[in-house]
Formats: sequence, structure tokens, C-alpha cells
Amino acid sequence: MNRFEYRRPVNLAEAISWLREDPDAKLLAGGQSLLAAMKLRFATPSLLIDLQGLPELTALEERAGSLWIGAMCSHARVAASPLVQRLVPMLARLANGIGDQQVRNRGTMGGSISNADPAACWPAGLMALNATVHTDRRDIPVDDFFVGLFTTALEPDEVVCGMLFPAVQHAYYLKFEQPASRFALTGVAVARTASGVRVAITGLGSGICRWEAAEKALSQRFEPQVIEEDLKPDEGLASGDIHASAGYRMHLAAVLTRRAVQQILDHSLTAITP
Amino acid sequence: MAVIHITLQVNGQPRQASVEASTLLVNFLREDLGLTGTHTGCDTSQCGACTVLVDGAATKSCNVLTAQVSGSAVTTIEGLTTGDDPLHPMQQAFGHHHGLQCGYCTPGMVMRGIAMAAEGVPAEPEAVRCALVGNLCRCTGYYGIVDAVCEGLQRMRADANDRKAA
Repeated sequence: MNRFEYRRPVNLAEAISWLREDPDAKLLAGGQSLLAAMKLRFATPSLLIDLQGLPELTALEERAGSLWIGAMCSHARVAASPLVQRLVPMLARLANGIGDQQVRNRGTMGGSISNADPAACWPAGLMALNATVHTDRRDIPVDDFFVGLFTTALEPDEVVCGMLFPAVQHAYYLKFEQPASRFALTGVAVARTASGVRVAITGLGSGICRWEAAEKALSQRFEPQVIEEDLKPDEGLASGDIHASAGYRMHLAAVLTRRAVQQILDHSLTAITP
Repeated sequence: MAVIHITLQVNGQPRQASVEASTLLVNFLREDLGLTGTHTGCDTSQCGACTVLVDGAATKSCNVLTAQVSGSAVTTIEGLTTGDDPLHPMQQAFGHHHGLQCGYCTPGMVMRGIAMAAEGVPAEPEAVRCALVGNLCRCTGYYGIVDAVCEGLQRMRADANDRKAA
């Protein structure tokens, strides 16, 4: 790693002022991706601003029937939270599948979505559930938040405070793991609400995306067979690399979507909520 | 200032040190404190040989800055037992089941196993295999390791119950 400074701010305002003073400063959440990138010199910040312990970023609570997850909540904390399991069970399961327990103990949701790794799990969850990202200055609908490969709508001096999720029971996330990294080779999140079906795919190569054709088909008929009978996977959505071809990734996306739909149907004991 | 002052607890002992901000926890433990029981394996947060407990939670010390754990309590394999005291039940179980071959991954495996007790991981092979996914053994000695962790968890929980009853 290059030489850098390390500081802990006393509050969010101080963190933002340091970001403005030093364009090469970077925010440090759990560091599970950033430190690895720094070891490879993919990232060479001059200053790390450690956000741990900032009270503005650590809440995990119910807000007017929705679920608030502070940016600095670890994956492990989300996975183990009875509140998350009650309001949006898909998220607890998604969090519990990230990396391994050691990584989940330190990695955070805010860090993951700000990094916007194209194979990360959280973006699929946010996208399918139509979450809102709250920053120090505005609320960003998730459809506007993820811009592309490792790219978000965040300004250079903007900090994610947390995410607000509608309470959704009928949602499911499944991934086919890249066995070494345990990131998603391809992962699919499906959410079914009164306003329709949302299908988000991670791991296709260019960042998180929605599969709008599948959403449309499943909104009309919520059955796994729809994906093969009414809709063929479009290879154009994916790109290939050393691990998998574009065709294989879209094949996985279709299989995982069908399985997620079946899981939702199998566990749909309660009425669809708006 | 790229050098920072830290205060933390290591194996119950308060410690203060000045370290480069870029010092990884595993290097601080091994090189500054001489606690070489924690091993660097892959240095990419995959193999788990560097697993220690930070405030009780299993953590890969190759993927954490020492600065990040300032104010925390760190437990390494050296902190499980002192002097002539018997080994920790998890360590004893690794002996009973021959849960090691070359031994390089063992400190990380033992620390990971101990953390499972607080996480509520059942002492069953399937659950333990899932919970061990972040620890690799290149001697392919998983059968012994999984048996050892199961027994270690049972013994830790039995000891905790005995203490409650006493």
C-alpha cells in the first residue's frame, strides 16, 4: 500500500469537510474491498477517513413501516437482525450470503453500494426492492443511484447515510457464486408487490441492471414457466469474461429468476403488500 | 501524519503503539508484538489463516488496518491459554480429531471455531462446514477440522452451562 493518512471524524460534517479539502481522500467503511484494492494499488488515497462509530450512520430501525439500514451497518448485523427478518426477509438472507463470516463482520452495506462492484449482492437487493439511498444532502431513488461499473450518482464529497426499504415479504435473492471470490457470477433478486414485479440482475458485467422484459412478463403472469415460454433471455444484456460467457450468464439469470419466482410462490402465505 | 498513535487491548493486555497508518493488523501482531501464531496466508482475505477476534467477532487481520481496531479488544491464538494452563477446549478438540496436518491454517481455524460459539452455529458438520467457508486448508484436512470444531463447540457450550449452574 502507498503511504496515507488515517483519521476518524467526530461527525459527518467533519468527514465531508476533509473530503473537500483533499480530492485524493477516500472514505473508509469496513474496508473489505478498499483495502484489497489499495494492496494492488488500484486505489492510492492520500487520506482515509474512517467512518466507524459515527452515530448518523449506524442506526438499524423501523421508520414509518419501512426499514432503515444505516450505511455503516455490517452485513453480519443485517443478517442477524430480527427486524430485517420481519420487515424484508430477503435482505437478511442476501446479507448472510456475502463473502464469509469474517468479511460480513466488517464489510458494510454503505461501503458495498458506494463501491458499486458489478458483481456485488447489495445492488440487486436495493434495485429489486426499489430502495431509496439517503445521503448527507438528498434522497436518491435506486434507479438513479447506480450509474455503471464502479460508478454511482454520488458527488465526490457526498456521503451515503443509509437506505430506506419498503417492507416487502414477497422477494427473493439467489446467486450462483464465483467459487473463489464468492461474489455473484450472476445473481438475481425478484420482488413482487402490488405495484408490479421488479427483477434485478447482478454480475452480468456492466453493473447492476433491471431485466425489464422479465418484469413485464412476470407482472402479467407470476409463474416460473413465463421465463422460458413467453420470454427468452437476451444475451445482449450480458458480457463475457474469463469466468463465464455472456450466454452462460444470461442462462444463469433465467434459471435463477425462475427459481426465485418459485421460492416466492412457495413462501407466499400472506397477501401481497403494496 | 502517516504515523498514528493507537491504544487497544491484545489478549487482555492494554497496549499503546505508534504505527504507520498502512500497517495491517496481522503485521502489527506478528512484527511489532511478536505474536506469530497469527499467520499470513494469502494476504487477499480469502484463506482465513490470519483470523483473530476483534471485540469477539472473527476478523481477517490481513484485511484490517491496525488503526481501525484502535479502541478494540483483539484476541489471538496466544490469548486462549496462559502458561501451564490446559489448552482451550477448541484446541484440545483439534488434537483429539487430528484436525491439522501441516498446521499453517490451524490458528485461523481455531479462532474461527471459537467465534462460532457466540454466533449460535450448531455443532453439526453441515452447519460447521458452511460457517468455515472463509477458512481454507490446503492439506485438504477438512474432515478432521469439521469434527474438531463440532466437538470444540459442544465442549465450550457444556463448560458455559457448567459455569451457569455453579
